Amino acid sequence: MTAETITSGAPGPAGQDGATGDVLLRLDDVHTYYGQIHALKGVTIEVNRGEVVTLIGANGAGKTTTLKTVCGLLHPRQGTVTFDGQDVSKTAAHNLVKAGIGHAPEGRRIFSRLTVLENLQMGGFTRPPEEIDEDVERIMTLFPRLKERTYQQGGTLSGGEQQMLAIGRAMMSRPRLLLLDEPSLGLAPILIQVVFETIKEINAAGTTILLVEQNALQALNIAHRGYVLQTGNVVLTGDAAELREDETVRKAYLGEI
Amino acid sequence: MTVARSSSPASAPGFIRRFRLVGYSLIGIVAYFLLLAFMLNSTATAAQQVANALTLGAIYALVALGYTMVYGIIELINFAHGDVFMVGSFVALWTLTSDPIFNVVGLGQTGIVTNIALLAGILLLTFTVSMVLMAVLNMGIERFAYRPLRNAPKVAPLITAIGVSLILQNVIQIIVGTGDRPVPQLFPTDGFQFLGANIRYLNLFIFLVALVLLYGLQQFVSRTRLGRAMRATAQDQQAAQLMGVDLNQTIAMTFLIGGALAGAAGVFQGQYLGYVRFDLGFNAGLKAFTAAVLGGIGNLTGAALGGFLIAFLEVFAAANGQQRWSQAIVFVVLIVVLVFRPAGILGQQIGERA
Repeated sequence: MTAETITSGAPGPAGQDGATGDVLLRLDDVHTYYGQIHALKGVTIEVNRGEVVTLIGANGAGKTTTLKTVCGLLHPRQGTVTFDGQDVSKTAAHNLVKAGIGHAPEGRRIFSRLTVLENLQMGGFTRPPEEIDEDVERIMTLFPRLKERTYQQGGTLSGGEQQMLAIGRAMMSRPRLLLLDEPSLGLAPILIQVVFETIKEINAAGTTILLVEQNALQALNIAHRGYVLQTGNVVLTGDAAELREDETVRKAYLGEI
Repeated sequence: MTVARSSSPASAPGFIRRFRLVGYSLIGIVAYFLLLAFMLNSTATAAQQVANALTLGAIYALVALGYTMVYGIIELINFAHGDVFMVGSFVALWTLTSDPIFNVVGLGQTGIVTNIALLAGILLLTFTVSMVLMAVLNMGIERFAYRPLRNAPKVAPLITAIGVSLILQNVIQIIVGTGDRPVPQLFPTDGFQFLGANIRYLNLFIFLVALVLLYGLQQFVSRTRLGRAMRATAQDQQAAQLMGVDLNQTIAMTFLIGGALAGAAGVFQGQYLGYVRFDLGFNAGLKAFTAAVLGGIGNLTGAALGGFLIAFLEVFAAANGQQRWSQAIVFVVLIVVLVFRPAGILGQQIGERA
């Protein structure tokens, strides 16, 4: 299926917010399966350096599967994933972290019996050990709440704190591409604001972000571009501002009737 | 996999907890001694029994760690682990009776080595050979028997583990037969006087070496980068991969450590028991596994604690002339503990994902 493109021709908001227009991540006709289940049916997505790109869509549309295919937890049966010019379709997840892909997975997946500090140190597993303390400091400046909880076990944190820890932990590998899966899930509205503000800050500091969200409006507010997924296909793509105005998107995902 | 202490040097609760554990252990040992002394009406016999319990407990603890580490990281009850321990005890026997040591160095009729430097050298060699070979064996078992089944239903590797256990037993049985094989006793029979009892140097040696190994492992797991990766993998394999942890390497390392500890315990076994046999892995494995469950499976400190507790119970039963009840007593205690603390003595139940 070919996706409808709202802004024809333009691959992204080149020159805007540091986006340079060159492709960091490209999924080309990616088909991913869970056993016999055909979850992604030919997804083609591009993320340019410096961009925030969001994937929106209903439950089961394939958003999380797309991220798992990018980070190497799943491998495409057909099609290619190209990261920074390299074909990484068959690369194992732990090697992709070294290559520069950080992932804050769905459900946060904090190490609940490790302390906050240890969780962050784990995030820096691929980094030179002598640079980890400095990076921990950096993340704790970004999330002061984590500093207060340094020696607390991850499992004792509140949902919002866990989400901050998950994002901070993913940032510890100094990724060039940060994958965020439903960072606002289960958070109070005020915390959702904080999380989205932080995502904007991280992007402004130079990290490219691929964001999966059910909270489509919020996601489109901070993203440069977006893709709409439906049952394993990209059905719509375009600039975030235009997707926000698009009638089908408004009806289906922004809660308008 | 958990340790009883959080890894941060500045973490006050972990610090206190650690010394509390040491304190409780000392109080427990003293209480156990007093109870025995009262029941047996002799402090000398009681001291002797405490020494026996600590020695036996050290062996159980080392084997139990292999069970608990593997369970912690891949949720497999590795039934073959007791047999790795058994093979380790044979490797120690073969090392001691090998030509260079037995004839050239000359263990003689009794095997007792009185020259301290020579004794240390022979022990070092025996430990190295047994620990390295058992580490390799255990890693090989994981690589060829368990790894291909990693994504299979849990019962498949479990059955495979039983199969590996039988293979190891049968291979040893084919090589040496079914009888007891005497092991050269390196340590002199005398010792030092403590509360009227003659405590053999062997007992002290086993206990101290085991303590060093336990402490070293605990430090490794709680303080090093790779140890942290092991704990993270034990909690969430996928999340650990997303941190850049190589799953295969981490699991292989777990088997390596477990195998090395079983190898060390195998050396102790031959020296303490005086003989080895192809089927001693079964009983030891059963007790060590029980120890791991009693302490809280997946918890390293718990496994060590469980090992010592089981040894204390067994020795207590034996000291009161109830040796045939010792297994029953151990399992009754296990059941009672699990009724009140289903996760084991030190097992934690913190919400996985809040």
